[in-house]
Amino acid sequence: MVEAVPVRRLLERHVVRQFMRHKGALLGFAFLVFILAFVVLGPLIWTLDPQFIDIRARNSGMSLAHPLGTDQLGRDMLARLMAGGRASVAVGAAAMLLSLLIGGLVGLLAGFVRWLDGPLMRLTDLFLALPLLPLLLVVILLFREALRAAFGPEAGIFILMVAVMGITGWMQTARVVRGEVLTVKEREFVVAARSVGVPEHRIAGRHVLPNVLSPIMVSATLGMANAIITESALSFLGLGFPSDFATWGRLLFDATDYLQQYPGRVLWPGLAISLTVLSVNYIGDGLRDSLDPRSRSTHAGNL
Amino acid sequence: MPVYTVRRVLVAVPTLLLISLILFLLLDLAPGDPTAQLPLTIPPEVKENIRRSLGLGEPIHVRYLLWLKQFFVNEPLHLLSQLTGLDLGGDRHRVISWQTRSPVVDLVIERLPQTLWVVGLSYVAGIAIGLPVGIVSARHQYGWFDQVGTFVSMVGFSVPTFFSGVLLIVVFSVELGWFPSIYDTTHRVTGWDSLLFQLRQMAMPVAVLALYNAAQISRFMRASALDNLTLDYVRTARAKGLSERKVIFVHVLRNAVGPVVTVVALGVPGIFGGAIITEQIFKVNGLGQLLITSIQASDLPTVQTLTFVFAVLIVAFNLLADLLLGILDPRIRYG
Amino acid sequence: MRIYTMRLAGLAMLAVGVLVVSAATAAERGRDGHVSIIYWQAPSILNPYLSGGTKDIEAASIVLEPLARFDASGNLTPWLAASVPTVTNGGVSADLRTVTWKLREGLRWSDGSPVTAADVAFTAEYCRDPAGGCSQLARFDDVTAVEALDDLTVRITFGVPKPYPYGPFVGATSPILQKAQFGDCKGARAPECTEANFGPVGTGPFRVTGFRPNDVISLEANPNYRDPAKPAFATVTFKGGGDAAAAGRAVLATGEFDYAWNLQLSPEVLKGMVAAGKGNVVSSFGTLVERLVVNLTDPSPKRGEARSTRAHPHPFLADRAVRKALSMAIDRKLLVEIGYGQAGRPACNVVPAPEMYASKANDDCLRQDIEGAKRLLDGAGWRPGPDGIRQKDGVRLSILYQTSTNAVRQDFQALIKQWWSDIGIETELRNIDASVFFGGDPGSPDTYQKFFADIEMYANNFEGADPESYLGAWRCGNEPRPASQWQGENMPRYCSEAYDRLLGEMAVTGEISERARLARRMNDLLVQDYVLIPLVHRGRVSAHARSLGGVRLNTWDSEIWNIADWHRVR
Repeated sequence: MVEAVPVRRLLERHVVRQFMRHKGALLGFAFLVFILAFVVLGPLIWTLDPQFIDIRARNSGMSLAHPLGTDQLGRDMLARLMAGGRASVAVGAAAMLLSLLIGGLVGLLAGFVRWLDGPLMRLTDLFLALPLLPLLLVVILLFREALRAAFGPEAGIFILMVAVMGITGWMQTARVVRGEVLTVKEREFVVAARSVGVPEHRIAGRHVLPNVLSPIMVSATLGMANAIITESALSFLGLGFPSDFATWGRLLFDATDYLQQYPGRVLWPGLAISLTVLSVNYIGDGLRDSLDPRSRSTHAGNL
Repeated sequence: MPVYTVRRVLVAVPTLLLISLILFLLLDLAPGDPTAQLPLTIPPEVKENIRRSLGLGEPIHVRYLLWLKQFFVNEPLHLLSQLTGLDLGGDRHRVISWQTRSPVVDLVIERLPQTLWVVGLSYVAGIAIGLPVGIVSARHQYGWFDQVGTFVSMVGFSVPTFFSGVLLIVVFSVELGWFPSIYDTTHRVTGWDSLLFQLRQMAMPVAVLALYNAAQISRFMRASALDNLTLDYVRTARAKGLSERKVIFVHVLRNAVGPVVTVVALGVPGIFGGAIITEQIFKVNGLGQLLITSIQASDLPTVQTLTFVFAVLIVAFNLLADLLLGILDPRIRYG
Repeated sequence: MRIYTMRLAGLAMLAVGVLVVSAATAAERGRDGHVSIIYWQAPSILNPYLSGGTKDIEAASIVLEPLARFDASGNLTPWLAASVPTVTNGGVSADLRTVTWKLREGLRWSDGSPVTAADVAFTAEYCRDPAGGCSQLARFDDVTAVEALDDLTVRITFGVPKPYPYGPFVGATSPILQKAQFGDCKGARAPECTEANFGPVGTGPFRVTGFRPNDVISLEANPNYRDPAKPAFATVTFKGGGDAAAAGRAVLATGEFDYAWNLQLSPEVLKGMVAAGKGNVVSSFGTLVERLVVNLTDPSPKRGEARSTRAHPHPFLADRAVRKALSMAIDRKLLVEIGYGQAGRPACNVVPAPEMYASKANDDCLRQDIEGAKRLLDGAGWRPGPDGIRQKDGVRLSILYQTSTNAVRQDFQALIKQWWSDIGIETELRNIDASVFFGGDPGSPDTYQKFFADIEMYANNFEGADPESYLGAWRCGNEPRPASQWQGENMPRYCSEAYDRLLGEMAVTGEISERARLARRMNDLLVQDYVLIPLVHRGRVSAHARSLGGVRLNTWDSEIWNIADWHRVR
């Protein structure tokens, strides 16, 4: 999804301004901040226990006591949406971080160490051909019990999911980083630094990293969107977290049976997933546009 | 071109081998005896046979070679003998599903058409929608069409297929009654009426996947066309006085479509993943549904074979994209 | 057994219509064209001897038939046999060791060849082959020989007296296979006969024309079926896969299918679908009861090897008053409403059916009595401590309550926990993956046999209509323990002389009403000792299109046992 965009120089202020001008990205960013606040700070304000059963209030609609209504056992949907969001966003963020770590490392190694470049890039190609979802399903089938016994049902699945998504999601980042490193390495200031005897790791740290940071951010946003979708798909297939553990995917799955009776119950988690992913995608789009020097010039020309 | 083709095919072989190694290691490193999860109804002798065919107790490289032989020699031979009627397979062991007690490869062959139809058609639809949308978006960057196109394709990326699928069923099957909610795999196309039925029952699963495909393709097409629109050759073409239509369709399209093909090929694993969910929702009962039911039944031989088949399909699609790219862009052939 | 429909009146009118129509057109086989059935679990094989799955057994029951089967009320009915052998008609010997079946005359397989006693004898041989991995081997328990006496007579000999000899060849799990087709498929070769396993030749109203494992079965009317006027349908599509909601939708909301099996959906969802007016929901009850099992022994880890064995009685559950209070605090009606709706009713017995076996002595459990439970505990000396949890002599009423992972069960756990906390009992919930919980692996600490918890919850039933072997589970000595590799069915570790005496009596009693009295007595002992706390009598809910007539839901046998009688209502 991400192209290797050559960035000549990081015009930070310009980029920020450009980003601010991208309405979609700005809206997306605002929404993401809202969602993060909602799932992290929300439970501090809305203190109802998402697991508490109030059987007499089951299937109730929107009300002051339950702003988003309740589910078939009378659990508060708002509280569940927050709890579920925390799980989904945590999975997304953790998987994204892991894939960034692996991807960044592979990319840097391939860019800097010449003899590793060929093999690492072949490895990247290989991973790109792996069937992610089937593989994920197989891994869960094989390792679920062992991890569940070791870490408990929730933590076990969490580790498993994050690990597999991280291991199968780093390839784009690696490619982008490698391309970036190769370009930056040949630039005058880097060549100059090297000629005056600055060691390689200092060059990597001081000159290359700041330059590759932005493309990494683009693939990070997309990786996170992907991970949230994948988690919900696994919950849908009944292979994700335990049934009583709320995630957005699980809430959505549980509610699809009630689609016609209580459309609201489907709507909220569905909107939460879609809008989060949408905003993350828009942020990625905005970042790419504002980082792309050519789009800068065309856009400037339009002004 | 032939040299190029051969070279690409040769690259695909080690890829497949490596994927098979990963799948093998995955199963091998899994905790516990793989036959421990066999259904209790399987008698000890049969279990012993399975253990032997898996080569349990042998060193790891021997086991891997046995596994390779099973997939690259035994099963293709059986397949060949089925196709030709000659007995080439002989007494060779076959991978038997623990659930249906029948050869897994036969199951796969029975289900392959459904999956390929849905995935293939959704690709065709995705390209048919995605390419023009991408080009028009690029031509009028930041215009209203571009904004709407961006939004729709973002939605295409962002809404999970299991959500849009169920929504489609409720609207178009339950409320409007236009399309069947359950796919009939026994349906044969024999005439216009049956063709119409086939199209109707494929409409919803294909639409769900096509939305995703079109979203992806239009985004890449837009980016790629944007890259080309600012290049010198376009300026030259315009300066020569060529009509805008000709500039776009003859020059830009041809040059812009190349990168799109590569990126679309990279998206193939995602499509197959999406197909698993779509099959589950619309009861298409193709490879994806087989995978899910096998996982639920802990039917390891089927699960393993299917994952490998998915890998083969993905590599094949990538190969196809490479070859297509070779035709579109002669430089690559000699590069 | 009773059949409940959402629109009883409508059904009654329908039934009248059916009678008129079938009288008018009952003539020609295949007159009603096509019928389509959807099972949301897809059949993977059509040989019930190689699969324990309900979906496979029921799909096969369209094609393969037994000598006798249970009708919709749970009564034994001759099917391929001319009559059901009993002691009275001389079919069962006086010493209860042999039973002689006589086949109907003129029966033919769908390929036209005659059905003979040799086929029946072969079927026994096929399943009893130790290398074959037969899933229904338990039906042939204690059988020493099955011989064909002549073309139509077959004799089964048991090693011990069998007051209830209707294991082999009775019900959908043990139908007759054709010797000619399966002759080469015995023993280790059984799974290799893919063609036979996917398309068995049978005597049923339909024969297989196409089988796609885990997907769809196509069938057509059997030209050699014994009743020339049946089946009414010429072809059948039997689709599998998906989920209960989709199956229900396909019959009730869109009308794409005529019959949907086992709709485990919440009552509200079903109601919404029925409102579309395309089909009816039918439900029927067998013997499946969701229950709590009380551990009478101490599961504390400090007991080491003797954990959950009869060496150490439970610190507080050994007190009947506590067990009774647990039961009194439960609102069974609410549980039904939440979890099962039409597919369940409150249960006070572990043997809920058939009618004559069901005790009426325990019906007071239907009323939730929180105050009564509190008084009972007060009276027994269990007083609330400073934290509100009752205690006596330093023992706190704190319960570990385990079950398998399942949405409805977790809902139940959460509700029951709340009620118990109302009477001053603390509860910790635990759920274990079903494959582990019911897996029976002696190495795992989490199986329902090991029962390293105070209370556990699951559902159980018995096959057919006779509860003797089911009640035998709670015999003293049948409890899982280290010496038995933790096998056995007496989960509560119950040990009662009176109970065992009744069991011994039943083993030598052949008279049905006397057997029923003994069964009721044993049920009352278990329930009134509160070692088993029944919660919900679970039923089966299915749906059929309004235009499909002749459906009689049967939970004692295959659900589609009478598909030969199905027809189109015009």
